[in-house]
Amino acid sequence: MRLNPRFTDKFVRAALLFQALFTVSILVFIVFIVFVKGAANITPEFIFSYPEDMGRHGGIFPAIVGTVFLAVLSIALATPLGVGTAIYLTEYTKESTLTRIIRFGVESLAGIPSIIYGLFGFIFFVIKLKLGWSLISGTLTIMIMVLPTIIRTAEEAIKSVPRNLRMVSFSLGATKWETVTKVVLPSAAPGILTGIMLSVGRAVSETAAVIFTMGSSLRLPTSLLDSGRTMAVHFYILAREGISLEKAYATALVLVVSILLINIVAYYTMNKMIARYN
Amino acid sequence: MDVKVAIQQLRLSFGKKEVLKGIDLDIVKNRIYGLMGPSASGKSTLISVINKMISFEDGVTMSGSVLLDGEDIINGDIDEVSLRKRIGTVFATPTPLPRSIFENVAFGPRLNNSTSRAELHALVEQSLRKSFLWDEVKDRLQESAMKLSGGQQQRLCLARTLALNPEIILLDEPCSGLDPISTAKIEEALAELKDQHTIILVSNNTKQIARATDFVAFFYLGELIEFGATDKVFTTPAVRMTEEYIQGKFG
Repeated sequence: MRLNPRFTDKFVRAALLFQALFTVSILVFIVFIVFVKGAANITPEFIFSYPEDMGRHGGIFPAIVGTVFLAVLSIALATPLGVGTAIYLTEYTKESTLTRIIRFGVESLAGIPSIIYGLFGFIFFVIKLKLGWSLISGTLTIMIMVLPTIIRTAEEAIKSVPRNLRMVSFSLGATKWETVTKVVLPSAAPGILTGIMLSVGRAVSETAAVIFTMGSSLRLPTSLLDSGRTMAVHFYILAREGISLEKAYATALVLVVSILLINIVAYYTMNKMIARYN
Repeated sequence: MDVKVAIQQLRLSFGKKEVLKGIDLDIVKNRIYGLMGPSASGKSTLISVINKMISFEDGVTMSGSVLLDGEDIINGDIDEVSLRKRIGTVFATPTPLPRSIFENVAFGPRLNNSTSRAELHALVEQSLRKSFLWDEVKDRLQESAMKLSGGQQQRLCLARTLALNPEIILLDEPCSGLDPISTAKIEEALAELKDQHTIILVSNNTKQIARATDFVAFFYLGELIEFGATDKVFTTPAVRMTEEYIQGKFG
């Protein structure tokens, strides 16, 4: 049977629109639920005070601080390492057995469930290196967990920089490193930033790997060797152990809103950066 | 006469395919040389040997020598990075860097880090004047170079090269995508530049070669078929194939 092509076209358009709307509506629905259930409990006091009675009362200040520390530290370590690896793979080496092994390793790392990273972090950082349940153990574990994302996105971004630009840079007497830093990285920055943002999202929303390595102390972490919990862990424990669903939703709302804000700021900066010279 | 580049028995292959088959050519200082010939004749490859951009290609084997002021740049122990500061290149496609007009021209000098701000501004203006672009962009140096037209972008690329004050300027079909007015401006710029630079212009456009160059070399399938003063080659070519190429019978 042959369908009328014009009908097919209309049908496909409608179907695709439906799919897009469906996807977005799920997202909106989730945010809506979190908002409705959590908004009532959001007060300055909730954000700036310490939890009492396991989190049944009081605020989530230590969890906010813990989240920020964990995310900032792990991304700050993973970014140079990941972007460096991507630069090596794309600019400094030809396709060889070594690069294929590195790439295979990266792909494999990307597919491992986060609980395995947690287990590894627990055995290696917490026990073997005697770092205990601490911010540093959590940071190192999350760093390893997000590395594949940063490497992959940075590699794609660097590869998409036109070869012509590199040739121009070389023809003007730039060295390889000058070409990488002055021409390739600025052009690849938006793509690299996307990978970093995805990683920030993973770092702040991770629970299993964090509980295994950073613990779940409710105290404010003041040193790298202190245990602590992130908002995601706090939310998980409040809900899982039936401590307080209201506080759990309020925590989730703070988490969702902060991720949203980070994304808006990051993409706004990025668009300004791109708009400047294109 | 002062020989700037002496190419001697230069052979070059990509894998098993030989694309330059024993080229001998002396390039004299402060003249404009035209390299013409149909595609795959080896003229662009010859250019990339002189600026050593050929190093970025895989599977290249070379023999013979290319002497720059008597120094062998193929077999010798020459630093490619500093070589490329002495030999400027303008590519076929206008390729501004995604930066401002000013930053494009300042890119090369900034790599040396030695120029002061005032010197840099003077250098940028001077380079843009030499490439006949200054009047069109002087009020918007901080704007993105991507906003310029193709012809302006190519003159910007020329200015960017000039900012390094290179001894030799290589132009690889610089006008292939440009309108006649932009082309005329580039040719005009070249005529004035030869007092201070040695210029090699690759072009498929025989009329441009006739207008803009002092000497011309005609290549065909990796061989140098004929070389001589442009006036002479275009009026009384010695080889029949050259004559046919100039008349547009093939190419």
